Amino acid sequence: MIHSLFLVNSSGDIFLEKHWKSVVSRSVCDYFFEAQERASEPENVPPVIPTPHHYLISVLRHRIYFVAVIQSEVPPLFVIEFLHRVVDTFQDYFGLCTEAAIKDNVVVVYELLEEMLDNGFPLATESNILKELIKPPTILRTVVNTITGSTNVGEQLPTGQLSVVPWRRTGVKYTNNEAYFDVVEEIDAIIDKSGSTITAEIQGVIDACVKLTGMPDLTLSFMNPRLLDDVSFHPCVRFKRWEAERILSFIPPDGNFRLLSYHVSSQNLVAIPVYVKHNITFREGSSQGRFELTLGPKQTMGKAVESVLVSSQLPRGVLNANLNASQGTYTFDPVTKLLTWDVGKINPQKLPSLKGSMSLQAGASKPDENPTIIIQFKIQQMAISGLKVNRLDMYGEKYKPFKGIKYMTKAGKFQTGMQRPHVSCVKA
Amino acid sequence: MLDSNKDSLKLEAMKRIVAMIARGKNASDLFPAVVKNVACKNIEVKKLVYVYLVRYAEEQQDLALLSISTFQRGLKDPNQLIRASALRVLSSIRVTIIVPIMMLAIKEAASDMSPYVRKTAAHAIPKLYSLDPEQKDQLIEVIEKLLADKTTLVAGSVVMAFEEVCPERIDLIHKNYRKLCNLLIDVEEWGQVVIINMLTRYARTQFLNPNVNESLLEESGEKAFYGSDDEEGKEEKAEAAALAKRKPYVMDPDHRLLLRNTKPLLQSRNAAVVMAVAQLYFHLAPKAEVGVIAKALVRLMRSHSEVQYVVLQNVATMTIKRRGMFEPYLKSFYIRSTDPTQIKILKLEVLTNLANETNISTILREFQTYIKSMDKDFVAATIQAIGRCATNIGEVRDTCLNGLVQLLSNRDELVVAESVVVIKKLLQMQPEQHSDIIKHMAKLTDNIQVPMARASILWLIGEYCEHVPKIAPDVLRKMAKTFTNEEDIVKLQIINLAAKLYLTNSKQTKLLTQYVLNLAKYDQNYDIRDRARFIRQLIVPTDKSGALSKYAKKLFLALKPAPVLESPFKDRDHFQLGSLSHLLNAKAGGYQELPDWPETAPDPSVRNVEVKDSVPEWTKCSSREKRKEKKVEKPFYSDSEEESGPTESADSESDSASGSGSGSESEESGSGSESEESREESESEQEDKEDEEDKRKKKKKTDRGKVKAPAVETTSGKIEESSGAEEKNRAQKVKGRRSGSESESEEEEESESESSRSESESESESESDTDAKKKKKAPVTKPPPKQAKKESKKEKKEMSLLDLDDFEPTPSPQVTPVNNFLSSSLVTDLEGLSLTDTVMAPTTIAPSGSVKTYELLHRITGEGLGVEYCFSRQPFSPDAHMVAVQIMFTNNTNAETKNLHVEDPKLQSGMRIKEFPEIELLPPGEMVTVVMGIDFCDSTQAANFQLCTHIRKFFVSIQPPVGELMMPVFMTENEFKKEQGEKKKLNPSYSIV
Repeated sequence: MIHSLFLVNSSGDIFLEKHWKSVVSRSVCDYFFEAQERASEPENVPPVIPTPHHYLISVLRHRIYFVAVIQSEVPPLFVIEFLHRVVDTFQDYFGLCTEAAIKDNVVVVYELLEEMLDNGFPLATESNILKELIKPPTILRTVVNTITGSTNVGEQLPTGQLSVVPWRRTGVKYTNNEAYFDVVEEIDAIIDKSGSTITAEIQGVIDACVKLTGMPDLTLSFMNPRLLDDVSFHPCVRFKRWEAERILSFIPPDGNFRLLSYHVSSQNLVAIPVYVKHNITFREGSSQGRFELTLGPKQTMGKAVESVLVSSQLPRGVLNANLNASQGTYTFDPVTKLLTWDVGKINPQKLPSLKGSMSLQAGASKPDENPTIIIQFKIQQMAISGLKVNRLDMYGEKYKPFKGIKYMTKAGKFQTGMQRPHVSCVKA
Repeated sequence: MLDSNKDSLKLEAMKRIVAMIARGKNASDLFPAVVKNVACKNIEVKKLVYVYLVRYAEEQQDLALLSISTFQRGLKDPNQLIRASALRVLSSIRVTIIVPIMMLAIKEAASDMSPYVRKTAAHAIPKLYSLDPEQKDQLIEVIEKLLADKTTLVAGSVVMAFEEVCPERIDLIHKNYRKLCNLLIDVEEWGQVVIINMLTRYARTQFLNPNVNESLLEESGEKAFYGSDDEEGKEEKAEAAALAKRKPYVMDPDHRLLLRNTKPLLQSRNAAVVMAVAQLYFHLAPKAEVGVIAKALVRLMRSHSEVQYVVLQNVATMTIKRRGMFEPYLKSFYIRSTDPTQIKILKLEVLTNLANETNISTILREFQTYIKSMDKDFVAATIQAIGRCATNIGEVRDTCLNGLVQLLSNRDELVVAESVVVIKKLLQMQPEQHSDIIKHMAKLTDNIQVPMARASILWLIGEYCEHVPKIAPDVLRKMAKTFTNEEDIVKLQIINLAAKLYLTNSKQTKLLTQYVLNLAKYDQNYDIRDRARFIRQLIVPTDKSGALSKYAKKLFLALKPAPVLESPFKDRDHFQLGSLSHLLNAKAGGYQELPDWPETAPDPSVRNVEVKDSVPEWTKCSSREKRKEKKVEKPFYSDSEEESGPTESADSESDSASGSGSGSESEESGSGSESEESREESESEQEDKEDEEDKRKKKKKTDRGKVKAPAVETTSGKIEESSGAEEKNRAQKVKGRRSGSESESEEEEESESESSRSESESESESESDTDAKKKKKAPVTKPPPKQAKKESKKEKKEMSLLDLDDFEPTPSPQVTPVNNFLSSSLVTDLEGLSLTDTVMAPTTIAPSGSVKTYELLHRITGEGLGVEYCFSRQPFSPDAHMVAVQIMFTNNTNAETKNLHVEDPKLQSGMRIKEFPEIELLPPGEMVTVVMGIDFCDSTQAANFQLCTHIRKFFVSIQPPVGELMMPVFMTENEFKKEQGEKKKLNPSYSIV
């Protein structure tokens, strides 16, 4: 399966290599660099690159390429999914998965990789098991370790791997027993210039942070489970019960995990919580253009729209923009032509707007007037799909846990501004 | 530092060494110093030493041997985890000398107590194989052994080993096939991927193509219904196998098992698992069922862009074959400006594949938007996509062409160039109507610089010079001027154009052509020189040029077939989807071809396992003896596990509800009454196996009928499938039973003594019932004895008639709760009675298969007129929607009953009744049978009506029990048998409670 792994940073240096079988020379990465050069953008490097003797499968996360070398047929998604799992594990261990973090913890990284794959086949990928094997580094532990010379490697041998619930450690103990569930929904939408929705769908996840003693058995039920069009579960969820009763029943892993991700289909009407009005005009022959953009809330059920960030790729001909923001700050990068406007919170009484003029390259032809506008926002305490958790029960343990549920709606891939021609125009 | 005594120093040193390894620096010099520490007590040091060893042992084989003894010791450790890790490192050291040691260790570990060690052994197999392929035979033995392992932990790893070592030995899978299918859902995710991929291949070799003919199975009826009877299952399976070769297609039950068990995995969080299931469905499932994967695949589109990339590639392939599958998700493939280019292009591909007459306008509108994108590669791809839509869908060709022509005035040259190329292809299809477009394009030659586009224009003009006779020479003139500065590809087209013009319009262009050819003659590119020479010989008439020049016109101006714009993903599906080879569209090393479906199915009996070895549930009722033994221990449940039909489950339910009753039943059956009409339970106990099987077959027949029958009649269908639901249904009735059985027994006891018939069913039943009551001394609410007596008096005479009933197909009486004039307690009594009986008499030998009889009107209630009805399960010929209800009137009085007919039906909306013809006369003691039809509209609502005699009216109601609503379906014997075999397999049988 996976022969070797190379980590490549954005400047094209291999800063870590690990081999599970015979050593593969790092020169194999030259093929990768070639492809990297050919690609205009970093994310355009093809994930699978064939070379004469090997295949390179890479993922790009946090500006690091994780390049896996394989020699024979293997489902590419298998490798890709595994590499992402590796990154997730690193993130879990070191807080963030940057080149510096990996370099600082190179030994832990190596130990982790050793445990995660055996002869190129995934062995232990559950973070609970790994944490039992190798303790994540903390500042305190590093200090203690340097003084006492004790180790990161777990003293006792891991038992989780052997149990029937491999995702949960045994012997978990907490003084405060808590279970938090975050229902986070993201709206993916394409909205055209006139404000009508081209496509909109809701992708939701329930992230849980469960800190409960012993072996609790939880059930979570929804007020309106019918909303969920398509779901995927953490392996701990009992599928049969979901099928039969639409109840999530599970023995949770310890700590943070993603319980469920779901999809609310585009067939259902999605309430779009914000609207954008914009007007960008260029006059033929003049080197000036006008820019106007107004944001407003829409169908937010009284909740405030926060952390609003608008970004737009302006046409190449734009040299500079001289704008005036009624609130927040804006930046324009004259090189990448990227305009970003950090709006903050939308006040329904006084709608934020960004107005001003743009200067154009002299002599250039009239640029396209409909750049894409990408909007990010957050709405706390609301799940836009209307999904509601009904109750959470715990069985199998005596104590009473503290339970918390939080809702949030975010913009996912939310884009607007492109003008959709009418069918008639096409036919004309 | 490594020589230091302090662990902390050693650790520090090892960490530095590992950091060196990680950076790719050579640390092999330190080998001797490191190896010494292999026996170190400190776990972390030990682990790091292992890391080092695994990395460098290959290079320093001799020194590595020093460490072997430590591992050998570790292999004997009482702690399973230490054993496992020792084996793991031992097998990871690639030193050929230790092959025998490894072999031995693997063999030992393969029979280790701990599944974890066995898993590690499975992992070690491919390592050893890659080190020394000659060990293959021995390793296969180990694999065979491990494949038989029943733990989920091992399954994934051993299949992986199987795939690496001996993927061709498909025969090893046979015995483990069902086990793997059943374990699948509990295997860890990586193992799932490997197993599913392997099973896909396996299924391709072992089962028939489900899409061979259009006779697709209805999935609805597919779900298991039978199951427990494994003993006979084997024989029947073999039979089914023999039949499977013949058409029409019936899915092998094992095939179905695989599909059923993988389906939930579509919900996995692991994209690789979802993809694996998707490809399995794509390659194996009947057309009608493949659709389920679309939703899951669309979900994956939300994932990381690399995942999207792979998924889209596969979706693109799927959309070519099964366009309908993804059509509902069209909008999910709309392109966002933030997508990376490679994703955009793949999405475009999918959108193009999805385009059809209905959605083309929306798709084209999207495409129009995309053309404005700043990503030029993407724009070019979009224009190509428009071209493909235009060729595929005739109606929009003109629209597209117009759109593309508009693009010709685009400011961006790339867009224009790409449009030209596409327009060229489109025009080739119908050049006649579009000479103005050609003219327009001719004008463009002045501006467009992209060689490919220029070449395209020139070719177009040359090809259709007759449509543009005035412009063509002019273009040639211009081109001749710039000839020397053109790209090669353009030059070739100029020569081409010149030649064609020369042939059609030699008057105007002769000199120009000569000029161009002369220029070409001295061109640097030999291709162009060759072409020029060739053309000159061909077209310019000289003395020498012979036969060919006559045909020059034919050669050049032959009608060229229009190009077919095809998806690059066409025919990619000969690679297994989801595989690396599919992605690259080239065979990757180690790729296992996906075999074609076999013409005839290989013998499925190879998958039969000694029942005990297979799935635990199956073993339970494998042997009759066993069951009997159990009966002795626990007479209680004896019958409940016998069959899987709804009736038994209800039976067991009621049994447990009223303990006394059940006890009696089993006793009764134990005592061995011979009565033919006795209930199923006792019967089955008395009769030998064959008989039972025989009967079961019959039952199955009818049951299958039920299942098969109504795709429409979902109510019955569903509930049948899960007898649990049935139980619920009955549960309410059970309440009434306690008191019911009690009174009933007394009542009947009395009648028995008077009528003194020993063989009648009612007797044996009552006898045992009362027996049980007495023995158990568990009297529940005693109903007023007076009442009971009253009833029994009435019954006295009727007993003889009752016996008549006994020779009827279905003897057990049942009362429907409509006896509104009886005391409530009696009603419950009767209800109870009815319940017991329905429950206990699920099948008897009846002409029409086994049929249950219900009582419509009790003889007491009916003042001597007893009416029973049953669902004859035969088509009701006057109206196919109606269910045939056979009604049996028995006159238990001394007087004649006249003018029996139905009156005043009170029906739920939509329900209809076809009344039976009036019965003029029913003499005392006689019985008569009529058939009426009721359309229950697939509901279980009761049909209420009045039953009238010449003196009285009775309110009665017929409520169809689930499973009785059916529609006739014609089926050959073979079909039936196969169905039957399948059913059995599908159902995880009901085990002993």
